Amino acid sequence: MAELDTSSGGGKKGGGKVRTKKSSTKVDLTAMVDLAFLLITFFMLTTTLSKPTAMDIAKPDKDEKNDQRLELRASQTMTILLGKNNKVAWYMGEAGSVAPEIVNFSQIRQAILDNKKSVKEKTGKDIVMVIKPTSGSNYKNFVDIMDELNITGIKTAPAIDDVNILDSETTFMKQGGIL
Amino acid sequence: MARAKVARKSTSIDMTAMCDVSFLLLTYFILSATAKQPDPIDVKIPSSTYKIKVPEKDIALLTIGKGKVFFEAAGPDIRVATLEKIGQQYNISFTPEEKKRFSVIGSFGVPIQSLKEFIKMDGDARKKSGLESGIPIDSNNNQLQDWILQSRNAVAELHSEPMRVSIKGDAAEEYPAIKKVVDILQKQKINKFSLITTAEGGK
Repeated sequence: MAELDTSSGGGKKGGGKVRTKKSSTKVDLTAMVDLAFLLITFFMLTTTLSKPTAMDIAKPDKDEKNDQRLELRASQTMTILLGKNNKVAWYMGEAGSVAPEIVNFSQIRQAILDNKKSVKEKTGKDIVMVIKPTSGSNYKNFVDIMDELNITGIKTAPAIDDVNILDSETTFMKQGGIL
Repeated sequence: MARAKVARKSTSIDMTAMCDVSFLLLTYFILSATAKQPDPIDVKIPSSTYKIKVPEKDIALLTIGKGKVFFEAAGPDIRVATLEKIGQQYNISFTPEEKKRFSVIGSFGVPIQSLKEFIKMDGDARKKSGLESGIPIDSNNNQLQDWILQSRNAVAELHSEPMRVSIKGDAAEEYPAIKKVVDILQKQKINKFSLITTAEGGK
């Protein structure tokens, strides 16, 4: 394929002609193949790995006129407040009635799982999560907590509420030093 | 006893076919790879376990980092249409040349007033110029809102699809900065959007 026929076809005519020395035109392609495969590997990895993933977030409608608001039952609601220094505070039920607990991000997963289980046992319904990011938290905390909900398999859409942070919540967070 | 002679065969294999195949594949991968647009700002995106891929069409990307906001609409046709619309709104006319140049600019963060100047420069100068102060999002000069609105109109007109909005935020960005942008989106009744994250390995 890659070789050319270098033998002169007209060898019959006359004898005694000075023949040019035949040299093979075969090129060793091994190195070229090596290089090509190296590049293929590189391009394959870069094309598939650089794809970012997305996390879909739905926030409650802000429209005041919308009266389709659902009241959340306190018994099945868990509220997570995102504070500063990568700390979160969580409580079950109504604000003020139970003292929130301040934990790290590594501990929140267990808390979510426990509460999910106990809510299911007590009421037979799925837990409802309310996430309240405060001004002290950063973007990573927010993504992390959404991720935790995904990992713990919370199916119901969490309510992300950054407007109605209650006074009792702020006071507690200030006391706890995370706001 | 006479030994049976084993014919010596050459061990060199013809590499030509292999070379052909590998270069064909190489060409395919080079062509299918999309050139990565450089980010105007260094953004460290947080990781998550979500595995949903970001769509490539009909999407706007908001990059948030260091308190600045950058905007990018996907697709050259959408970019041109958005630029035309925003030009009309702000009474700035763009020449066809400028539109063409704008259609290949990825993420940008300049106020509309200096956009013309920004388009004229080339890649390196754009970074050095310091013009990229982020798109203004103050309540009295809310250009981001206009950009989003006009790109949504453009997508609706050209592709008759609703535009999705994705947010690419720096991990260390304070939540209020994100909230500000999200509030702008919610004012336009965009209550659903995607947060761009990197895949978390091994989970």
